[in-house]
Amino acid sequence: MALYYVNAFSKRFASVGLQLAKAATTPSAGAGQVALNRQQKRGAAKWYPDPEFLKQFEGPVMYPDDITSQWKLPPWNHQVTPVEKSIRNLTLNFGPQHPAAHGVLRLVMQLDGETVVHCDPHIGLLHRGTEKLIEYKTYTQALPYFDRLDYVSMMCNEQCYSLAVEKLLNIDVPLRAKYIRTLFAEITRILNHIMAVGTHALDVGALTPFFWLFEEREKMMEFYERVSGARMHAAYIRPGGVSLDMPLGLMDDIYEFASKFAERLDEVEDVLTTNRIWVQRTQDIGVVTAEEALNYGFSGVMLRGSGIKWDLRKQQPYDAYDLVEFDVPIGTKGDCYDRYLCRVEEMRQSLRIIDQCLNQMPAGEIKTDDNKVTPPSRAEMKQSMEALIHHFKLFTQGYQVPPGATYTAIEAPKGEFGVYLVSDGSSRPYRCKIKAPGFAHLAALNHVGRQHMLADIVAIIGTLDVVFGEIDR
Amino acid sequence: MFYLENLLFIIGSLLLVICVLVSVAFLTMFERKVLGYIQIRKGPNKVGIMGIPQPFCDAIKLFTKEQTYPLLSNYISYYFSPIFSLFLSLLVWMCMPLFIKLFSFNLGLLFFLCCTSLGVYTVMIAGWSSNSNYALLGGLRAVAQTISYEVSLALVLLSFIFLIGGYNMLMFYKYQLFIWFLFLMFPMALVWFSISLAETNRTPFDFAEGESELVSGFNIEYSSGGFALIFLAEYASILFMSMLFCVMFLGCDVFSFSFYLKLTFVSFMFIWVRGTLPRFRYDKLMYLAWKSFLPFSLNFLLFFVGFKIFLLYLL
Repeated sequence: MALYYVNAFSKRFASVGLQLAKAATTPSAGAGQVALNRQQKRGAAKWYPDPEFLKQFEGPVMYPDDITSQWKLPPWNHQVTPVEKSIRNLTLNFGPQHPAAHGVLRLVMQLDGETVVHCDPHIGLLHRGTEKLIEYKTYTQALPYFDRLDYVSMMCNEQCYSLAVEKLLNIDVPLRAKYIRTLFAEITRILNHIMAVGTHALDVGALTPFFWLFEEREKMMEFYERVSGARMHAAYIRPGGVSLDMPLGLMDDIYEFASKFAERLDEVEDVLTTNRIWVQRTQDIGVVTAEEALNYGFSGVMLRGSGIKWDLRKQQPYDAYDLVEFDVPIGTKGDCYDRYLCRVEEMRQSLRIIDQCLNQMPAGEIKTDDNKVTPPSRAEMKQSMEALIHHFKLFTQGYQVPPGATYTAIEAPKGEFGVYLVSDGSSRPYRCKIKAPGFAHLAALNHVGRQHMLADIVAIIGTLDVVFGEIDR
Repeated sequence: MFYLENLLFIIGSLLLVICVLVSVAFLTMFERKVLGYIQIRKGPNKVGIMGIPQPFCDAIKLFTKEQTYPLLSNYISYYFSPIFSLFLSLLVWMCMPLFIKLFSFNLGLLFFLCCTSLGVYTVMIAGWSSNSNYALLGGLRAVAQTISYEVSLALVLLSFIFLIGGYNMLMFYKYQLFIWFLFLMFPMALVWFSISLAETNRTPFDFAEGESELVSGFNIEYSSGGFALIFLAEYASILFMSMLFCVMFLGCDVFSFSFYLKLTFVSFMFIWVRGTLPRFRYDKLMYLAWKSFLPFSLNFLLFFVGFKIFLLYLL
């Protein structure tokens, strides 16, 4: 009788399968259906019988009554019943020392052939306890930790922290400082997107754009160096303004760079954007619908790629973003290709902002004149006793911040980077919680990447633009 | 006389092998240089004059490193598959068409097919015996890919065999005296080039290696000598496929200097592709093989059969 059930089961299964196949073919029947696997827009992920589907077959399919129990077993087939074997999926440990792991990502993946059934991101390999360390540092000393969070968009992190501290102090910064911040925030955005697009291409297998873009990245690192003295960990944007005024001639060189960079972007787009292999590898891969993007707490390009127009630079402008004009590109499908296009377009918009900042850059102070918050200049210290005392107090003791709490967020290149800062009135923050955009993106990897192929997972990791400095904190 | 002839054969083939190995060495350097200039950097330029002895440095470095082997590997097959792989890719060179003093194969094309089909096993065994997930996946991919593409490869080859009426590669010379097959059957040349990219596991189809997915694919567990042998075998087969391209499409004038220039250019194309294209995805590659290349080569095969019959009837 058990055999009978099996048979009925298989028949029913077959008929359901047939119906499914019919349902799949009928609505969009036509010429497009012939080229099955290339043209079909169904999210590239394969559908397999899932638990919900199988549940309908779990109970007895038919209860035999006195008539049906007389029925003979239909001939099953003349083949030997295959021996039951226990099989399991291949578990692949992906990373942390993997070329596509973007640092120290460790994925434990269940592979069914080449298809990824489940992937479990393991984080924490770059955990340095930044948030706790900050509680034991003065507000000034805490700043350089932010460079080291998302170490490809350094100044944006600093900017966020500085804005948070300024909010608690309730101070405003001079206009020139705002413009300088905006200018460097946009340079940083290009810096980050270069990394994102370059490594994404590298993950997909295109070696060359990475090198072309990193050449440009090097030039921007030089701007960092000229303005702050450090190529990466600048510690340039500080509460109350920026640490130093820009050196002479820097703006000319930035202009020269910005006027040529669009051409470099064109070159990269020539190699990628309309490249059929690139399009095949990224279109319909890692589709995130607008709803899912919201539910998973995405921000930045991951959100805009899915078609939601949300950019903190527009929604709640900070620094000089309300004084410059730019557009916010959004995608339509939410796949890797859209996100790639968004990133490229954002770089172009950043160039626009850079141009406007250079043209509108006012003269004047670069930090607030409140001597209790910002250190005096070196020259002043040589002359004034009071300035020397201020300097000494600021760098030994720091400044007191009035009690309060703030959540300040900026549109970092990767998404919404936020700092939740609680002050108890002392010179050290009581609590500093950092909201890293990459964390939410990585958390959705299993969802976004399920039933994709192994190579697609790599492409999706590339498009998530994860950096472990900020995820592990 | 008989012994003398045999001796000459041995010397000749040894000479050929040595020349192939040297050219493989310089092909790796050529690749690094070309990739370097594509990517606006210099490539190796420190060793000796302009970095020319770089490949020998690499070879010395590789062979003097410690040979490690995975603990639970199938040692014999793990150890011998690179050796066998290099042996095969050097062996296939024996069918290179030369007018004097080497084996003049009547069935050179068949010999080539045999050797390349056998080459799959080395990759498979290397991947399987390494006892590593990545290597296993790389080996599986390589087998599936190479076998699928060999079907089209054989069919394309078959239409040429029909056309020149034999398996002897020297026939290509006679038939291309007035016009290169490149012009006569341009689409075939493109397909053949893509197939040879897939056969040699080069960039848009480099799944067996798949650096960003499978770290290094089937050769992930190989170090020092074993790795060097796999590497040599790979580049020897790239050179051979370029040579075959020149034979089949670019005139087959093996006695002239220009043949070797053309060969260099075709190997440059292999490198050029690597510097330009992203990697395919495994399933797309399979669809490409079975849905595009196979119908294409089958149709052309039919066309050439008809063409040949037509010609025979006409003459």
